[in-house]
Amino acid sequence: MSQGDAIRRWKRPPFIQNPTLRWGLWVGAAIYLALAFGTMEVNWDRVAEGMVRGERFVSAFFPPDFVSRWDSIQEGILESLWMTITSTVIGIILSVPVGLGAARNLAYRPVYLFCRGILAVSRTFPEIILAIFFVKLFGFGPFAGFLALSVGTIGFYGKLLAEDIEDMDPVQAEAIKSVGAGWLQWLNYAVQPQVMPRMIGLGIYRLDINFRESAVVGIVGGGGIGATLLTSFDRYEFDSAAAILLVIIGIVMVLEYTSGYIRRWVQ
Amino acid sequence: MLRIEHLDKQYKTGDHALKDVNLEVPKGQVMALIGPSGAGKSTLIRCVNRLVEPTSGKIFLGDLELAHLGSTDLRHARTRMGMIFQEYALVERLSVMENVLSGRLGYVGFWRSFFRKFPQSDIDEAFNLLQRVGLDHMADKRADELSGGQRQRVGICRALIQNPDLLLVDEPTASLDPKTSRQIMRLICELCEERQLAAIINIHDVLLAQMFARRIVGLQLGSIVYDGPPENLNPEVLTQIYGEEDWEATIEKVKEEGEELDTAALLNIAKVHPPS
Repeated sequence: MSQGDAIRRWKRPPFIQNPTLRWGLWVGAAIYLALAFGTMEVNWDRVAEGMVRGERFVSAFFPPDFVSRWDSIQEGILESLWMTITSTVIGIILSVPVGLGAARNLAYRPVYLFCRGILAVSRTFPEIILAIFFVKLFGFGPFAGFLALSVGTIGFYGKLLAEDIEDMDPVQAEAIKSVGAGWLQWLNYAVQPQVMPRMIGLGIYRLDINFRESAVVGIVGGGGIGATLLTSFDRYEFDSAAAILLVIIGIVMVLEYTSGYIRRWVQ
Repeated sequence: MLRIEHLDKQYKTGDHALKDVNLEVPKGQVMALIGPSGAGKSTLIRCVNRLVEPTSGKIFLGDLELAHLGSTDLRHARTRMGMIFQEYALVERLSVMENVLSGRLGYVGFWRSFFRKFPQSDIDEAFNLLQRVGLDHMADKRADELSGGQRQRVGICRALIQNPDLLLVDEPTASLDPKTSRQIMRLICELCEERQLAAIINIHDVLLAQMFARRIVGLQLGSIVYDGPPENLNPEVLTQIYGEEDWEATIEKVKEEGEELDTAALLNIAKVHPPS
């Protein structure tokens, strides 16, 4: 080692170059976490009490009672399914033009900004806030829930459609342009085949989300199974509530399984 | 058939891709455009069908001036120019038949194309072309199930079903193995001969260019530095196009092997695709 060249050492360059900043961030994070956990107040008496209450709560769920409130359960489920399907279909139909306009490689700059604006606004508010808003506008009932879910679907589906179009293979698109195809033909032959499988999968995924959300928007007055669930809690009919929860879990599981299956199949 | 006058292209990034290019390609001539990467070969053929907008200059297809056409006229003009791409550029999730028929999009209305109700004459022509390249039994396969050589054949069918006057071919063999490359080049040249098409073939493989084209144009930094028959490509010319290198081997090889290899490759095609 003493004779000839010195050994050339190598170390992976750190992600953050500045050592003060690098170590500062670690120390800062450690201090914050220590303080955060240190100031968390846990009242163990209350926790114990809560456990007992929880036990009573759970035992009140059993056995679930499907029978005595079956009519309203059935009505709620049908209403939720109606909301789910209509809002998914309408939301997707409306999101297609918005999504096309929000794809940078398709639309002119002003159109792009306008459509991105629509998407940003409809994605800012979660479904439950939209539902509260529409209930205030149009009164209680599934129509408000339908509107909330539709707007949510536009934001979700439009954004993902736009991103998928932006990621498409430009060479395939160029080839269809080079044969002299019109704009609509170009969309149909060059863009649609590239984005379709993913969009079918996302459509079914959104159907799944909308059903679960339909239970949530019902709680703020948007109709559907959520309203039925809330009523049964208000009446302290925990056995009926348990039945409703089981029905929701069942439907979500069926939707989840089918959507996974269809998504694999369309690839 | 194609006449380019004082064509100039400067990209927004400042790259001066084409400098005052003048070129004329008569009917039925297959012209190979050679040059190093970045010489402007791709830009040149994309300026012709306006996938890239030329900065200045004129481009005539027959009597029609292309560089200043409005969008509807441009669509009509594009139907007369078939393009073949380096990475085949087939729409992967469409079937072979749909890819070939997409070459007719400039001729049929939206709803007909949307419902895939192409005129019977188009469908007949598509089957003829697919048979010509030996793929008619694959019509309903999805394009992404095909091998590279097969995909490029479909690409050729898509360009030819346009019934073009001019073929623009961008590095047709860059993604293919040497044997398939020759088969594809031979196919393109034969079809141009049969249909009396003018063609510009961008190709970086000097050997292939010399083997198949009767006219070679060398592009270097956006300017034409050689225009003549393949026999006159000598070390000085190649040095001018590509830079200093030992070119003797490249040229020798073509002279010795050119014809032998040609026959050998032909025999191979016969083996792979026995006449049915």
